[in-house]
Formats: sequence, structure tokens, C-alpha cells
Amino acid sequence: MSLASAVAPPNLQAGNTDLGEFARAGTAGQAILVLAVPDAYCATCIDSIEHSLRDVPGVVTARVNLSRRHVRVEYVANLDPVALVGAVTRAGYRTYPVDQDHVDGDPAFRDLLRATAVAGFAAGNIMLFSVSIWAGADEPTRNLFHWISALIALPAILYAGQPFFRSAFSALRAGRTNMDVPISIGVTLTTALSLFETITSGEHAYFDASTMLLFFLLVGRSLDHMMRVKARSSVENLARLSPRGAHAILADGSLAFVRLAEIEPGMTLLLRAGDRVPVDCRVLSGEGPVDMAVVTGESMPLAAGPNVDLPAGAMNLSVALTVTALRKSDDSFLSRMQTLMEAAENTRTAYRRIADRAARLYAPVIHVTAAATFIGWVMLGAGWHAALLNAVAVLIITCPCALALAVPIVHVIASGLLFENGIVMRDGSALERLAAVKRVAFDKTGTLTMGNVSFVAQELGDPGILDLAAGIAARSGHPLAVALAQASSHPIPFEGDVEEHPGMGIAATNAQGTWRLGSAAFCGAGMVAASDDNSRIWLAAAGDVIGCFKFADAVRTDARETVADLERLGLPVEILSGDQLGPVLAVAAATGIEKYSAALGPEGKQRILEAGSRDGQPYLMVGDGINDAPALRSAHVSVAPSSATDIGRAAADFILTNQRLNGVPLLVTVARRADVLVRQNLAISVAYNALVLPLAITGHVTPLVAALAMSSSSILVVLNAMRLRLGAKRNRPLSNQDRKVLS
Amino acid sequence: MSGLLILIPAAVGLGALALATFLWAVRSGQYDDLDGAGQRILLDDDMP
Repeated sequence: MSLASAVAPPNLQAGNTDLGEFARAGTAGQAILVLAVPDAYCATCIDSIEHSLRDVPGVVTARVNLSRRHVRVEYVANLDPVALVGAVTRAGYRTYPVDQDHVDGDPAFRDLLRATAVAGFAAGNIMLFSVSIWAGADEPTRNLFHWISALIALPAILYAGQPFFRSAFSALRAGRTNMDVPISIGVTLTTALSLFETITSGEHAYFDASTMLLFFLLVGRSLDHMMRVKARSSVENLARLSPRGAHAILADGSLAFVRLAEIEPGMTLLLRAGDRVPVDCRVLSGEGPVDMAVVTGESMPLAAGPNVDLPAGAMNLSVALTVTALRKSDDSFLSRMQTLMEAAENTRTAYRRIADRAARLYAPVIHVTAAATFIGWVMLGAGWHAALLNAVAVLIITCPCALALAVPIVHVIASGLLFENGIVMRDGSALERLAAVKRVAFDKTGTLTMGNVSFVAQELGDPGILDLAAGIAARSGHPLAVALAQASSHPIPFEGDVEEHPGMGIAATNAQGTWRLGSAAFCGAGMVAASDDNSRIWLAAAGDVIGCFKFADAVRTDARETVADLERLGLPVEILSGDQLGPVLAVAAATGIEKYSAALGPEGKQRILEAGSRDGQPYLMVGDGINDAPALRSAHVSVAPSSATDIGRAAADFILTNQRLNGVPLLVTVARRADVLVRQNLAISVAYNALVLPLAITGHVTPLVAALAMSSSSILVVLNAMRLRLGAKRNRPLSNQDRKVLS
Repeated sequence: MSGLLILIPAAVGLGALALATFLWAVRSGQYDDLDGAGQRILLDDDMP
């Protein structure tokens, strides 16, 4: 997580975004605003956010949606929406407004759910009549039941079949064929033939088969849809980090707001505390810390001063800076990232899923077999009616019912299993891709390490000094001071005056005397030769140094274990870091990773990952920062810890929701097992079809046989997929660690 | 036969009722926040 969010939440109090643009008019003079609350996860979160919002005068309703992590607020239109953001922040949650175009449900999924319900209703009721017919109803009753079935089936098929008809039609128009083409032909022909049989008082009608077919297929389609990543573009999230504009200092010294696109190189801008850097720029005057975590992944804030260059997207933490713009916004760091990500996303869509590849092979076989059956029977002199009946039976039997369920059901069970172990899957095809990876690449800052500076040791002075220093540090918002304040379990509350000297430290006065907490120079420690790259804070009492505290970015406790587990699974691990060689070497030694690359820019990481895919050695990338986002998209498959920046999370395929890395080897194990099961399932459904196909060709498939074959093969693949869960409990090599994760 | 005249409409009608209930539940947003619904049970329900 970026330090900025710990020190000053990157939300809108700074007023750098126009909230009004996100609000939408509701009924009766009310407005609606949707705010994202990415950190809400429990009942208490719901309660405190909703109550805090309801306490704002003018708020009509506030409702948290925990699945989507946002809160929808209806309020009287003349209320300033900044008060709403303030209320959520007071409740203790980060928040930012969401574009409402992306909020209102998922219409495609609702359509599928409705179609599934209608097909299920029709299939169930028609089966009621079919069973009576199979039990041997006499002819008038059979005709009556056929007619009632037709009345239920026709509207149901017209409605529930639409997803397939539409997709088949567009595929045919483009001169291609997909799985929906044989489905549509099969359902349409079956229904038409059954209608003909009903009108002519025939013996066999297949209404039950065609509706049941649709029902099973729609269940598979709905599951599949749930697994697919929602149209959440990580590129859009990136755009949200650029402010809408900046305050320019005009020649006469007055301030004017200029829009982002209007900023020209050479313009003088004022960056207030809490502002994001709008374009790449150089500091003219002012000295203060700038949070670079989102840009470089660097955990330590940069001490900005005159002539220091700042990239767009970094955040000014505490002191107003005067800067001069170096580039237009189109050429800035953030837009360069966006271009890289868009390019990576285009190559990503080229991946073809196993189910689609199977369908491409399977569809022509079905068509040819059905056509051959029809022609064969006509040539044998069976008459067109009997020939068509048999050809339709072939279509029903081979219709890829089990095939449509084979892949999504495994993915649904796998994602449930992963979720229980703290891993969220964002894209169904990611499991398939994961089974193919040959190498693992880790980012350093925030991934192998915690990403936050934390107190390591006291190097100088009496141990009791720590409690005193922590008390003084609690009065400052500087990241090192925050870490120091948390280091002591019993800080002595400091009562007195505190003066902050930006970039140096804090001077404090109380009854016992004067204290200084900060850099070596500030505390009068003189030039100290640092033995390593770690940061230190000194404490001085009345001018004499009495303490020194050391900080470092700690390596995650399970990093070493994770690396060893991955190597055992046959995946070589390496570090790809944007940081300097020294810290990278230290982390590599601490985690037992032998291969590392340091000082890599986003393009450099992307190049290595793409070269891996080209050489048939695709990478699994684990990373968190914005600077990793293009790499996460170009890797074959990617994982981000939950502490990652929003952009990092949006770019990754999997998110580790607990602060543990050992989800990564578990992920690989589950993906490999899921891959085996998917292939087994495909084999089972194809074998099943091959077994029943001769019956259909020779004309022995009655509606009863068709119903039995269809449902039993579907149940078989579902049961086989369940083995993922059974096996996982019994003989998973990592089960002990998983229990630790859960506890 | 006369028994069927009552039983068939009753069976189809009950099924249609269940279907209508489900469609209503989907439309009124009851499937929109499954995580939240589970957590809200734990809240004290003192809101208006």
C-alpha cells in the first residue's frame, strides 16, 4: 500500500476533482452519488459507513453494496457532495467517486439468469407430461399432453434460446461457425419436428429434450459468465489518478485553475499539500516529501527540493511546492503507462480458451454426422420423415450439453476453493493460462517485502528512550515518524509544543526541555557514515544525541518458504525490480532467489515477460505497483497482493486477499489439478457422445433415451469436477500451510 | 380425465408462480449484493 494512504488518504478533500460530475439526478429533486469504498469488508463496515452518511443532513438513503465495494447515496440536490466524502472518511474508510455508467448491475448476466429460469420452468413442467407419456398414456391423453407441452415449450424456447440464436446468427454472418450454431440448429429442428408430430398425432415429440438442452446449456453459460472478468478496464482506473487540472501561477502572481489538457511546458504551477502531480515537472521552490509509491513502488517518500524532477501521478504530501511543467499531459508518465497497458491488453485478448478450441473441432463433426445420417436413411429408402427423425436424434444426442458444462463447472469449484484460501480469481481463463506457466517473476517492493517502512532496531541509547521517541513521533505525520510511533507498545504521550521542519524533523518543547527528532544533521549527530542503505531517525535532548532508530522495508515472513515451494513445483523464481541493485541483492539473499534484475523500468519488465512468452517459457508475474501494471498485463498470468495499488489489482488476474505469499504455490497446484479435470471432463463428454451416437444413427433413440443420456452425462461431468474439492482436502502438499492461512 | 383438468392447471400454475417470484427477485435487486446480504444479518436493525 502506498504510504500516502496511511498519511493522508488520497481522496478528495484537497478539492482537486469536481465531484458534481459524478453525481446523477434522481427523482423528486434528489441526486445520487456512488462512492467506492475499497476497504469495506464486514458488517461493522456497512454499519459505520451507512450511519456516518445518514447523519449528514440532507442524505435520504445510503446503502453499501459489499459485493461491489461501493455505497450509493441519495441526497437532496443542493447538498455539497464533499460532505458525503467527508462522512465516509470520518468513518475511517478510503473513498473516491465512481462513474455510474459502470455501476448499474450486469444486464447480460441478468438476462442469462432470467433465460435459465424460464428454460428450467419449461423443462420441469414438460418433463411432468413426458413421464406420463413414457408410462404409456393412451392416444387421446398423449395428444393432449403433446399440445400442452408445445404451448409451454414454444414461448420458452423463443425466449430462452435467444442468447444462442443471436450468437449463432452473428457467427454465420461473419462466415464462421461456433458452438452456438449446432445448438441453434438442433433446438430449432427438434422443436419444428416435434410440432409436426404433435399436429399429425405422432408418437414421439422431443419438447422435453429441447427445453432440457437449453436449460443445461444456459446453466453452463451463466456459470461461465460469472467467471469472466467484468468489463473493468484497468486503463480507466489509471486515468482516475490524473487530476483534472492544476493551479497555475500567472505572471502577476495570481492563481488560475487550468485544465489538464491546457497545461503547456514552461507553465508555473502550484502544488498544494495533497495534490497529485498533474504532468511531469521540475520543482522551482519549496522543499518537502513527495510520495512516489504509486509511480516507482519506492516506499520512501522522495525529499523534493529545487531542480528535482517529479513524474505525473506522484503525490505532494505536506508542503506547497512551486513547479514548472516539463511536458504536456499527453507525454507524461501516466499517459505513457496507459499506452503500454493498452498495447498489452490487445495482445492478451489473443488467448483462445480450451472450450472454444474444443468447440471449433467439435461443431463440424456434429453437422457432418447429422447430415450423413439423413442422407444415409433417405438412400436406404426410409422416407424423409424417418430420416429426419433420426438426423434430429443425432443432433440432440451430440448437442454439447456436457461439453458446455465441462469447463465452467471446474472453474467455479476451483474459484470457490481459492476464495476459501484467500485468493480471488478475476478471470476464468486465468486458471487455464496458469497451468501453462514455466517461470515466476516477483516484484520486490510491496510484493516480496511489506512495502512499508517499519522499525527494525534501536542503534543508540537507553532502551527506554524508544517510548519517549514514539510519543514525540506520534505528533508527526511523516512515514518514518508513523512507523516509529507504532514501534513502541507503551509510548509516553508527549505534552508540549511541536514544530515540524519539513525535510528535516520535528522540534518539541515541554517541561523537561527541548527535543529534536529527525535527520542526523537536524539533531546535530554530525556526519555519520551509514553502514547500509537503511533509513535512520535520531533523537536529541537539549542538543545532545541520545538515541538512533533504524528502519527498513521488511521482507514478508513467508517469502522464503513460498520461493522454495514454487521451485519444488518446478517453477524457477526470479526478481524483476525497479529498485537499485543493493536492496535487490539483500532481498534476493533473504528469500533464496538466485536470479534477479534490478533498475528495470516498466518497459524493461514488459520486455523480459514478453520474451518469456515468445520462447515458450511463459511467466507468472507477482507485483503490486502502478509501475508493475503493464508487466502484470503482459505476463501470461498475474497475481497481486491485496495491498497493491488499485491499478495493480485491476491489472492482475488473481488477488491475494490475506497478507501472505504462500497463496501463490497453492494457486499453481489448484490450477494444475483443474487443468487435468477440465481435460478429463472434455474427454468424458466426447466419449459419452461417441457411445450413444451409434444408437442415434441407427434410429434407436426415443425421447426417453435422449433425456437419460443428456442428463446423466451432465451429472457425470459435474461429479467429476467435484473431485477437485475432495482431492484438495486429502492430498494437497500445502495443506498445513493453508490451515495456518485460514486460522 | 376430469381429474387431469384440475391437476394440470394446478401443476403448471404453481410452476409459473415460482418462476414469477424468481424473476421478481432478480428484478428487485435481491441478487445484487450477496456478500452484503450475508453480513447484514449481524447488524442490529434499528434503522428506519
